[in-house]
Amino acid sequence: MSVVTLTINGQDVSARDDATVLQAAREAGIHIPVLCYLEGLSAVGACRLCLVEVAGVNRLLPACTTRVQEGMEVHTDTPRLQTYRRHIIELLFAERNHVCAVCVANGNCELQSLAIEVGMDHVRYDYVFPSLGMDLTHERFGLDHNRCILCTRCVRACDEIEGAHTLDVLGRGAKARIVTDLNMPWGESPTCTSCGKCAMACPTGAIFKQGSTVAEMVHHPEKLAFLKTARERREWRV
Amino acid sequence: MTTRRVVIDPVTRIEGHAKISIFLDEDGEVRDAQFHVTEFRGFEKFCEGRPLAEMAGITARVCGICPVSHILASAKAGDDIFAVDIPPAAEKLRRLMNLGQIVQSHALSFFHLSSPDLLLGFDSDPAQRNLFGLIAQHPEFARGGIRLRQFGQEIIELLGGRKIHPAWAVPGGVREPLAPEKRDHILSRVPEARQTVLDALAFFKRYIAEHREEVEHFGNFPTLFLGLVSKDGAQWEHYDGYLRVMDSEGNILVDGHDPRRYTEIIGEAVEPHSYLKSPYFKPWGYPEGAYRVGPLARLNLCTRIGTPLADAELAEFRQHGNARGVVLSSFMYHYARLIEILAATERIELLLHDPDILSPHVRAGGAINKLEGVGVSEAPRGTLLHHYQVDPHGMVRRVNLIIATGQNNLAMNRTVKQIAQHWIHGARDAKIPEGLLNRVEAGIRAFDPCLSCSTHAVGQMPLIVRLFDAHGQLLDEVRRD
Repeated sequence: MSVVTLTINGQDVSARDDATVLQAAREAGIHIPVLCYLEGLSAVGACRLCLVEVAGVNRLLPACTTRVQEGMEVHTDTPRLQTYRRHIIELLFAERNHVCAVCVANGNCELQSLAIEVGMDHVRYDYVFPSLGMDLTHERFGLDHNRCILCTRCVRACDEIEGAHTLDVLGRGAKARIVTDLNMPWGESPTCTSCGKCAMACPTGAIFKQGSTVAEMVHHPEKLAFLKTARERREWRV
Repeated sequence: MTTRRVVIDPVTRIEGHAKISIFLDEDGEVRDAQFHVTEFRGFEKFCEGRPLAEMAGITARVCGICPVSHILASAKAGDDIFAVDIPPAAEKLRRLMNLGQIVQSHALSFFHLSSPDLLLGFDSDPAQRNLFGLIAQHPEFARGGIRLRQFGQEIIELLGGRKIHPAWAVPGGVREPLAPEKRDHILSRVPEARQTVLDALAFFKRYIAEHREEVEHFGNFPTLFLGLVSKDGAQWEHYDGYLRVMDSEGNILVDGHDPRRYTEIIGEAVEPHSYLKSPYFKPWGYPEGAYRVGPLARLNLCTRIGTPLADAELAEFRQHGNARGVVLSSFMYHYARLIEILAATERIELLLHDPDILSPHVRAGGAINKLEGVGVSEAPRGTLLHHYQVDPHGMVRRVNLIIATGQNNLAMNRTVKQIAQHWIHGARDAKIPEGLLNRVEAGIRAFDPCLSCSTHAVGQMPLIVRLFDAHGQLLDEVRRD
């Protein structure tokens, strides 16, 4: 391992050469908004919120999957990026049925927090209002497709941390949705261990504890990073 | 034959959007009048497919004035589906919040919306005939009313974390217990609230002695009355109990009726001129089964209120009724509202001194143990029913909401007709004095309708009055937004 130096927003930053731009920025206390990225899970670069500008590269790069390089010049908060980020958030709101006022995750939702952060005072796109159902068949957890942003954090948590791989994605594009096993009711899943890591990972109210009322669903995504780190360091080995 | 139609659109100082049509015959006499509710919301439909646990939060959004009623009725429907008895402290806390709501909503209706008519006069300058005019001319009275409403709102906020739409009552109980310092704060404000309502009562009693014409002609007619009374002794009730139906002569037609079986006594009719449904007393059919709900009905139905100051006022109130003590004039809704605020201040005090009230045990766990449930509460405007059917996983399949204002729909229509027929005569020309039309509106205000609730609608409540001739041609329109 060696250390590289780069600049982020004009600030000199040093990082391990296998670090991503996002990790380097976080290390240096520089905030880059993310939705699909969650510490402890693999990075997939799907939500595009962490796009940054890199000098000499004529396209935008996702900070979560871009490795740092010596002498790299990164900008994370330019007017262009701010505009794009707001568009991304607006598109997410327009695509499904997000009604914060009556959502179980109201006040504890990463999508809602980002909407505030990027200054989304209204949505300029027509709402799609898709007719999406819910899966309430599981005794402990519910899945509301209306609130899902397809970040796949639940899929990765289920696969990478729990090892059950109950959850996955069906279909493509706007028609994609999270399914359990081979698109069967969650309550009938032979693989689900009911561990709840998906609910910890979910950034919105899409996966929630059964019986949650408005604004009552609290996520604990940090527990996933804790598990991952503890395993890597073999902290529990006797 | 030619008739004309006067339209008041929008009706002002009410909660929601409405208009009134007054139909005149060839001689300019009032033939008919209709109260139209012009908004549609669709809660019963879009709640389908949602989890039971979310229903209290969703249906609270029906209304910003009386969200607590919906939260309570919804949570109680949830209790029913869970098939659980909620902890004693939870029931007492729910009662406390509902009393807070009765205080704030009644104070809003009387002081903010209706008292400008009473203190400034029905015929006073409309530009001044509002809360601001009241503040200018009767600052102490206005201030008392505003603080009284704040007292009620504060109870809701202290319990549920926010004044409007507190997602606090849930199936199985409530989310948070009451902290001692909050109890002490509420208690400290009771004396002032009580004095405000006692002063308002004294004012109102003087007013009705001097304004017999309004009392006699503001929706003064026989109807049935429907509401909750307590299971124990048929006392005044606002949270639980049995349904009771009384006729205008004071005969009890239905008593001890489990609200779960409401469909046996309540039918729902739809009129083409309004989005507001018209519930009626099923055994009497439509429209003969018109009944009234709300403060007037509750005070007519109960044997007594159960607290000393309110019971003394109730005895005096009943002297304004017929030989059997049944008060029929809808103008007396205001009076009943004030007595209920007084009763609420007494009950709030009793509840806060209850040793259970600070218990940390406030939420029973539960699961879907029944596929159907009914929750009832007495909203400030009258009996509110939430009826849900769910699937075995708790997903809502069917929703029926019976809203207080809807149940007063038939009576409100008759009230505007009675007022129009009494005050509007020989209106051959298009213009009718504004003060007369204001009386028609005030007849609606007496019911304190909440049209956002009852059409399951957004916004404030402007009202429009339109005047039509016999050919249905619009002659005049009074519109206030």
